[in-house]
Amino acid sequence: MSAQMAEYDRDLFHPEEEPHHAEGSSTMLGFWIYLMSDCLIFAMLFATYGVLGTSYAGGPGPKELFELPLVALNTSMLLFSSITYGFAMLNMTEGKQRATLVWLGVTGLFGAAFLGIELYEFYHLIHEGATPQSSAFLSSFFTLVGTHGLHVTFGIIWLVTLMVQVARKGLITANRRRLMCLSLFWHFLDVIWIGVFTFVYLMGMLR
Amino acid sequence: MSATSHGYDHPEHAAQDHAHDDEESHGSRKGYWIGFALSAVLTAIPFWLVMTNPLSAQTTALIIMAFAAAQIIVHMIFFLHMNRRAEGGWSMMALLFTIVIVGISLAGSLWVMYHMNANMMPAMNMQDMGGMG
Repeated sequence: MSAQMAEYDRDLFHPEEEPHHAEGSSTMLGFWIYLMSDCLIFAMLFATYGVLGTSYAGGPGPKELFELPLVALNTSMLLFSSITYGFAMLNMTEGKQRATLVWLGVTGLFGAAFLGIELYEFYHLIHEGATPQSSAFLSSFFTLVGTHGLHVTFGIIWLVTLMVQVARKGLITANRRRLMCLSLFWHFLDVIWIGVFTFVYLMGMLR
Repeated sequence: MSATSHGYDHPEHAAQDHAHDDEESHGSRKGYWIGFALSAVLTAIPFWLVMTNPLSAQTTALIIMAFAAAQIIVHMIFFLHMNRRAEGGWSMMALLFTIVIVGISLAGSLWVMYHMNANMMPAMNMQDMGGMG
């Protein structure tokens, strides 16, 4: 009886043929779902900005604060970094390690340029007295744009880490998978930036 | 030697399979350039419209929102390589679900908070109080 039960249990809980999944085969979908959850964070920050974006508390508004040429330059940096990452991925597919590293490096430089311009803008705003504490508009502005900038910062750290890994271990399957995840992350940040420059900067100037 | 070559062979083979698998999902050089060119145009026109103001504010706002939506779709197709087949369709399902949630939360927040602002002014409360007193 007990032996029979054991047999039954084994049949029930340990199917003879386990469904076989290659290692990392579900990583891309999992990472995509993470990005979607990240998208919800940004949706909340956009909603917050949408609600509070006109509450200036007697302080300066977007027209006095934003400099569109600087934003346009910033936008182009991120767009360039998107296509250079694309070239890195194409070289990765062709198995060209050196070219992959070069394009990843170029992508990192564009990302750093974007971040530098954004930090310059923040420094300038705070220097003019437009601090996050001065109005609901500025609080939500710094939260939204700052969160995006923080994502780019971590993207750059991740990029440099992967460059070291590719340089040391080559374009092995695990590294290809990691580069594909970062590719999604990087292009996703560019998509979020489209929302930022349209709804925060351009719409702000129209008010 | 044989063991190493065998050990090396397998992942290499898998990687090649994988690369072949991803050929369409990774896009091509041409695809990236098309995406880049479209994005550049879809970015430049809104900036130009806002910087030079050839149209009324309302029209400009509508146009730049339409351009942003178009650019997001361009990025999704040419850079993120979204299609209905990726990951057996689950990527697209997750994306659609997220778009629904984002739409509800954005529209809901703005709608509710706008009405809160418009209908709950202190002045109105005072009027009510006066009527009651």
